[in-house]
Amino acid sequence: MQRASMAPDAAEIVLPAESTPVRPIRQPAGSILYLDGVSVSFDGFKALNSLSLVIDKGEMRTIIGPNGAGKTTMMDVITGKTKPNTGDVLFNASVDLTKMDEAAIANLGIGRKFQKPTVFEHLSVFENLELALKTDRGTFATLFFHLTGPQARRIDEILGVIGLGDRRKEKAGALSHGQKQWLEIGMLLMQEGQLLLLDEPVAGMTDHETETTARLLLDIARERSIVVVEHDMEFVRALGAKVTVLHEGSVLAEGSIDTVQADHRVIEVYLGR
Amino acid sequence: MLLMSRLATLESRRGWQVFLILLVLTIVLVPVLNLTLPPESPFHVPTYMLSLLGKYLCFALLALSLDLIWGYAGALSLGHGGFFALGGYCMGMYLMRQIGTRGVYGNPDLPDFMVFLNWSELPWYWLGFGNFWFAMLMVMLVPGALAYVLGWLTFRSRITGVYFSIITQAMVFALMLAFFRNEMGFGGNNGLTDFKEILGYNVQAQGTRIGLYVASALVLALGYLISRYIVTSKLGRVLMAIRDAESRVRFLGYSVTNAKLFVFTVSAMLAGIAGALYVPQVGIINPSEFSPANSIEIAVWVAVGGRGTLYGAILGAFTVNGAKSFFTGAAPEFWLFFLGALFIVCTLFLPRGIVGLAAQLRNRAARRAIPSTETKSKEVGDAASEHGA
Ligand SMILES: Nc1ncnc2c1ncn2[C@@H]1O[C@H](COP(=O)(O)OP(=O)(O)O)[C@@H](O)[C@H]1O
Ligand SMILES: [Mg+2]
Repeated sequence: MQRASMAPDAAEIVLPAESTPVRPIRQPAGSILYLDGVSVSFDGFKALNSLSLVIDKGEMRTIIGPNGAGKTTMMDVITGKTKPNTGDVLFNASVDLTKMDEAAIANLGIGRKFQKPTVFEHLSVFENLELALKTDRGTFATLFFHLTGPQARRIDEILGVIGLGDRRKEKAGALSHGQKQWLEIGMLLMQEGQLLLLDEPVAGMTDHETETTARLLLDIARERSIVVVEHDMEFVRALGAKVTVLHEGSVLAEGSIDTVQADHRVIEVYLGR
Repeated sequence: MLLMSRLATLESRRGWQVFLILLVLTIVLVPVLNLTLPPESPFHVPTYMLSLLGKYLCFALLALSLDLIWGYAGALSLGHGGFFALGGYCMGMYLMRQIGTRGVYGNPDLPDFMVFLNWSELPWYWLGFGNFWFAMLMVMLVPGALAYVLGWLTFRSRITGVYFSIITQAMVFALMLAFFRNEMGFGGNNGLTDFKEILGYNVQAQGTRIGLYVASALVLALGYLISRYIVTSKLGRVLMAIRDAESRVRFLGYSVTNAKLFVFTVSAMLAGIAGALYVPQVGIINPSEFSPANSIEIAVWVAVGGRGTLYGAILGAFTVNGAKSFFTGAAPEFWLFFLGALFIVCTLFLPRGIVGLAAQLRNRAARRAIPSTETKSKEVGDAASEHGA
């Protein structure tokens, strides 16, 4: 909290004075996710460069940016996979995520869908969802776990939502790419997290599947905060959420899809490559 | 009530039938054929054969324990021979203490090798081993504690794959060197032998041998059911998920370290129990049981049988050791070549072992019988999931 005074400087370094779409960084109060001055370097290469970002409770945010902008690295930092070299990462304005491991962060209620769909190929669709079901994660609790009626119905419900009801017994490895994406979204829903992070959820989906996914995300966004990383501009437009543009590890622009698409610096980083 | 209904789910109806038939055949039929039939009868099971089968049952339990950690959690331990030997030594210490004054030196407290080393009293770590139940507790606790400590150090640091295998190999190698030293107080390179009695029964007597054989079969059956309980539980699915995509499991909120630690410890305890049943049946335990090659051989049994199925490990232990007994009788010089060839054939052509081969043949037969699209699509699914391994 006391570092908040540093935030305006950080924002100024990143942005030239002419920039208007980016709002100044503010206090973490009321936010579900608060990143301030986060830097990550790999062997001297700065994947994140003093990144600052605030997501409000209940907000949906889309994040775009060219390949290598640091979008996935940002999710790695939030979920504890990568420790930042500097900067604050706060959940619910108070919990310091940089001090926790992946499992502890997941148990706080932060769910993640990976860029490359990662489901457990040798387990059935049902079993994949069962593993994600929100329950006690302790080793002995898991050993003696017994699926209750309401829990089984919850899994059935999610199977319906992701359209895999008739494939519940099949091995997840036998699903198509798009279906794996959906299964992973289903796993996110099972976790009942407060904050969902989705890394390129519609990559490899047909147009129809993409539309369905957009509707699904808008539906679940009513109860939770969601951060979606995506390339597909149609999809981003369909979500209609506030857009943050990342470039070279920091925020380049922020605003509605129309504002950022009109921003000449955004056009430059997308076209000038 | 809940436990009973959970037990029923350990196996399919067919599985329970096979399990019970095999159990009855092993613990009733073999001893009966040994005891009741005259030696001339073609169905007579000689006592040496019964003891050999008893040994195989111990190896099967050992293979089962390795399959639990390797086949399900994906961590190939090349140190299971060490846990087996530690359990064996704990049993050996109990058996040594039963010798009493019948040793060469007639010392009521000290085993012969200690008298020979001019030791005047029992080292502290031998205390209590005169008691059978204490020794049995140690049979599980010693390997379990070692696995727990080693596992905690490696899994916490996220050491996986071949590095984990190398560390476990290093562990058995270090144990072997330590147990070869006379000063360790475990009989040096001679190990522990010349056992007289177990629970008051002569270890050589036919009745005792049958008892040990039946005990091995019952413990294997129990070990199998415990392992089935673990792998059919949600924790079992977490383990398989760890095998498929370890880091993904962490993002679901499970502690990969704790899950692996649990299964590694249970597995080491089962291996220790196997060693404890083995030692009175073969009458000796010495440091060569710790040799790194022994631990690798266990992995071959599991690979040959088919890992990740439990019964495949049991099948593999019987098949490979049966072949070994045959070869060491018929052509001992070829045994190592055969073992090497077997391993290569299995890795190249039978990635899922004998169990996988049987499934493949069944599928092929089914396809010939009903050339429907259903079996075809199922095979494609199988191939796809195999690809993910
Ligand atoms: N573990 C890593 N080691 C080295 N470089 C990495 C690592 N992870 C990401 N990077 C680099 O950091 C940059 C940002 O990557 P990433 O966050 O995956 O980008 P995006 O998801 O926006 O496409 C890339 O240049 C990538 O090569
Ligand atoms: Mg990415």
